[in-house]
Amino acid sequence: MSDSHGEEPLLKYKVIMINIEINDLVKRLEEEFDEIEPGTLKAETSFKDLEEWSSMQALVVIALVDEHYDVPLTGEDLMQCETVQDIYDKIKSK
Amino acid sequence: MDVFKIAYYLPEKILTNEDLAKEFPAWKAYDIEQKTGIYKRHCAAYEEIASDCATKAAKKLFAEYNIDEKSVDFLIFVTQSQDHASPTTACLIQNRLNLKPQIGAFDINLGCTGFVYALSVAKGLLATNDLNNVLILTSETLTKYIHPRDKSARTIFGDAGAAVLVSKNHQIGRFEYGTDGSGSEVMIKRNGAFRFPFTKVRGVDYDDGYGSITNDDFFRMKGQDVFVFAAKTAPKLVKNILLKNEMELEDIDLFIFHQANGFLLEHLRKKIKIPKEKFFVYMREVGNTVSSTIPIAMKEAIRAGRIQKGTKVLIAAFGVGLSWGGTIIEI
Repeated sequence: MSDSHGEEPLLKYKVIMINIEINDLVKRLEEEFDEIEPGTLKAETSFKDLEEWSSMQALVVIALVDEHYDVPLTGEDLMQCETVQDIYDKIKSK
Repeated sequence: MDVFKIAYYLPEKILTNEDLAKEFPAWKAYDIEQKTGIYKRHCAAYEEIASDCATKAAKKLFAEYNIDEKSVDFLIFVTQSQDHASPTTACLIQNRLNLKPQIGAFDINLGCTGFVYALSVAKGLLATNDLNNVLILTSETLTKYIHPRDKSARTIFGDAGAAVLVSKNHQIGRFEYGTDGSGSEVMIKRNGAFRFPFTKVRGVDYDDGYGSITNDDFFRMKGQDVFVFAAKTAPKLVKNILLKNEMELEDIDLFIFHQANGFLLEHLRKKIKIPKEKFFVYMREVGNTVSSTIPIAMKEAIRAGRIQKGTKVLIAAFGVGLSWGGTIIEI
């Protein structure tokens, strides 16, 4: 594909937008975990491996998603997620 | 107009966050309070059941306000922890409280929303039967049927009994109700009644995915799903209560929600945009006492001077059923 194709700028734009949104989610989540040093959480981080991951921390994530994305993430949804990317995909699929 | 007469009873035994942290070392006492807003819960003694707590609350109410027990015209007992499968526990309480025999008495089998529903029944009875006083008692002893290793539920729930005397001159608004039985699995004590009697089925321990162990013989809840349910339901509930009573959010002086857990309450407060000073929370000393949370919070709000004559209070409850409801009372 070359620049003359109409699709590519749109695709590029989409990729940029998704990156912005994921970074936004990463930043918001990072603030909610005491254990994470600022700037170290990545989309591919498995948050379930964190020491402070607990039922209460699950509520924190659900509350955050409800507040900022207005999406009801259920307990079952969260069970299926391992990484921040998974949470992002869940939000997008709702 | 009278201010509502309310009393409550808390069992003697106390479970603090330090006690819980000792049993579940992954949790720090300080964190439990930070996350849940609860510092301690009361636990009924082995021999002490819900009707005992309710009766003690009623006796406190009679003594505190110098009420003649013969002035009670109707008794409603809100519980899911009855003395026997039959007869109705309210009938036994009539006798134990020495109430006159010319009264009606029955139980309302509801959890978190029980007080709101009892209040709506009381309002109807007072309006249509020329009665003067309806006594509402609420009590659960949930700590008896939470699995000892279910750290999530043990952190949240405490036992209590409450007594509220509802009288003809109280101003109680229109009610909003809601029910969704498809969500019964979200909070349930599945075994031990008629569908799954203990003689036929016994629960098998499992991990809820977050290190809390429970089984179907105990009251258990899917905490995340309770949260999602409340976050979805409570804003609409408040909106509809206001609509039914032709009021705006700004017209309400104080909001008292079912005291489910501190984190959830704060989330709901922000979501519904209720100013902090108009949102009453009383959880630190008692935890979530199921059907008694609203009466206890009302009593504490009166004690703290947050409720005076003419204060408009919006009460809203949501929980096991699933069930929700609320109204506006002018105290």
